[in-house]
Amino acid sequence: MADPMLPEPYRIARVRRETHDTFTLELLPINSARAMSFAPGQFNMLYVFGTGESAISISGATTDERLVHTIRAVGTVTRALQRLKRGDVIGVRGPFGTSWPMQEAIGRDVVIVTGGIGLAPLRPVIYQVLAQRAQYGKFVLLYGARTPRDLLYARELEKWRGQFDCGVEITLDTADNDWRGNVGFVTALIPSAQFNPTNTVAMICGPEVMMRFTAQELRKRGMRDEQIYLSLERNMKCAVGFCGHCQYGPHFICKDGPVFRYDRIASLLGKQEL
Amino acid sequence: MSVPTDQPAIIERQHFQRLIDALIRKGYRVIGPVVRDGAIVYDELAALDDLPQGWTDEQDGGVYRLKRRADDALFGYAVGPHSWKKFLHPPHLRLWQARRNADGAEFTAETEPPPRFAFIGVRSCELHAIAIQDKVFLQGSYVDPTYQARREQAFIVAVNCGQAGGTCFCVSMNTGPQATFGFDLALTEVIEGDRHYFVAEAGTDRGAELLRELSARQAGDEERRQAAQTVARTAQQMGRTMDTHDIKALLYRNHEHPRWDDVANRCLTCANCTMVCPTCFCTTVEDTTNLTGEHAERWRRWDSCFTLDFSYIHGGSVRVSTKARYRQWMTHKLASWIDQFGTSGCVGCGRCITWCPVGIDITEEVRAIRESEAEQ
Repeated sequence: MADPMLPEPYRIARVRRETHDTFTLELLPINSARAMSFAPGQFNMLYVFGTGESAISISGATTDERLVHTIRAVGTVTRALQRLKRGDVIGVRGPFGTSWPMQEAIGRDVVIVTGGIGLAPLRPVIYQVLAQRAQYGKFVLLYGARTPRDLLYARELEKWRGQFDCGVEITLDTADNDWRGNVGFVTALIPSAQFNPTNTVAMICGPEVMMRFTAQELRKRGMRDEQIYLSLERNMKCAVGFCGHCQYGPHFICKDGPVFRYDRIASLLGKQEL
Repeated sequence: MSVPTDQPAIIERQHFQRLIDALIRKGYRVIGPVVRDGAIVYDELAALDDLPQGWTDEQDGGVYRLKRRADDALFGYAVGPHSWKKFLHPPHLRLWQARRNADGAEFTAETEPPPRFAFIGVRSCELHAIAIQDKVFLQGSYVDPTYQARREQAFIVAVNCGQAGGTCFCVSMNTGPQATFGFDLALTEVIEGDRHYFVAEAGTDRGAELLRELSARQAGDEERRQAAQTVARTAQQMGRTMDTHDIKALLYRNHEHPRWDDVANRCLTCANCTMVCPTCFCTTVEDTTNLTGEHAERWRRWDSCFTLDFSYIHGGSVRVSTKARYRQWMTHKLASWIDQFGTSGCVGCGRCITWCPVGIDITEEVRAIRESEAEQ
């Protein structure tokens, strides 16, 4: 087996500014013809020369020629990534971790509930559902952002919303005068969302407290814990279960997650300083 | 590896040097106990005189002291602050180097051949600790190449304990004091009257081969009886005990318990317990560049769940309080480790008790939580 700690060099083919603090890198491998294959929900460790690594979910389509990562600049490494330009080279290790339940979702309604940057790890799911639309039942995307300027993938959201077979609802914590849509927590959109709770797979990604309340709302709609999946985040240094940093109770988020079925972690969510 | 049928053999004390010589001759770097800075630590051995002959250790919570023995025992102590993980899972290790080039960057893995170690004086609890780290680094979905290369080559000479330390509780953890697996050779040191010898048992073919090279004679019944008695006596001397019954559920259901606040008032979050623990495996990485920025390196070093940085994600650390960090360490060691690796993470060596500057005692902390439930 290749050394899982050794990065592969990838060249930045394109930088896309998404919001004031969020950007997308499209990467092409230098030493191979094709970018790595991955499953929706998996992540990579992105390395900036001499600065360090950060764990970032893959946010492109599984069919993309390019490896796509959407990143929010919040720390040393992600800010260094933000300063890079087309043509620059970064190191990539991965893909790591578990993936969204695409197989289980076939033949069922798919409900995605996300908050903030949490939309990025679910975009590969959205692409796959839309590309193979007939395979799935109803498709619902509920997305919450802080303010209008924090809306991620705004043009794509508009496009998806315009499709007759997608139920896309967006809500903001704080709106301005131009906003005509929903205001409030994303959980408030769940009671009226159009899906069949007994035949649905739900995928959640956002802040932990948001995911906890989302799962509770979905259960109120009659969904079982086994139909709900969510993606967790912790400090990661190695991504292969050796460094110990990402432990969450008995789980290593890097290899047992980041995507977990809700029933497997429900008793841990909300525990203080776990 | 087939289990050899060879009978236990005798290595006389005056011939012990031959064992070291034979291992050196086979190309091993021989590592064993030496006295340094007032403690018995593990380092390279060249000669018999390097061993802590006539020394023992006195241990209690926050207490470690070397003392002279009445005899000339070579292994008459329990365990010191070092464990063998220092060699198999190095405290500081370069993972790779990177260089800027015309293509942008090039990454080069480490190519230095791994050292071939022979460990002399491995305790039973330490054999268990190595087996536990094997599960972490070799038996999961990924393999740590550094650990694998060092581990596969290591020659292990276990030494059964002739006395227990004041903080030992291997009997509670079912990890000692008799070495039962994971060794090439296992020795029991016997000092009886004017006789001083080792009863040697081979655990592998290469161990048996080494015994043949030393022309060790077969052990007699009396010698074997003396050796068995030595270990049995040690088992009676444990300085500590821990009731491990249902311990996973005990700690899981006591995530909130006043005892965590109590221990947090004493714990300095110094990380000593994690550094001396023979199973703690956590690491962090350091990325460096040279002054021109053309050359970068990534180093791995031991880390501890007691540091604030350990659980940092954007916005802050997950485990801010001392209480949460101590709870993570102890709950991981004794409970979640079982879910992760099918074994406890504690081998009862007592190092975390001895080397805690304020003498926090993991056996006492478990007892306090357990007894609080009994009172309810």
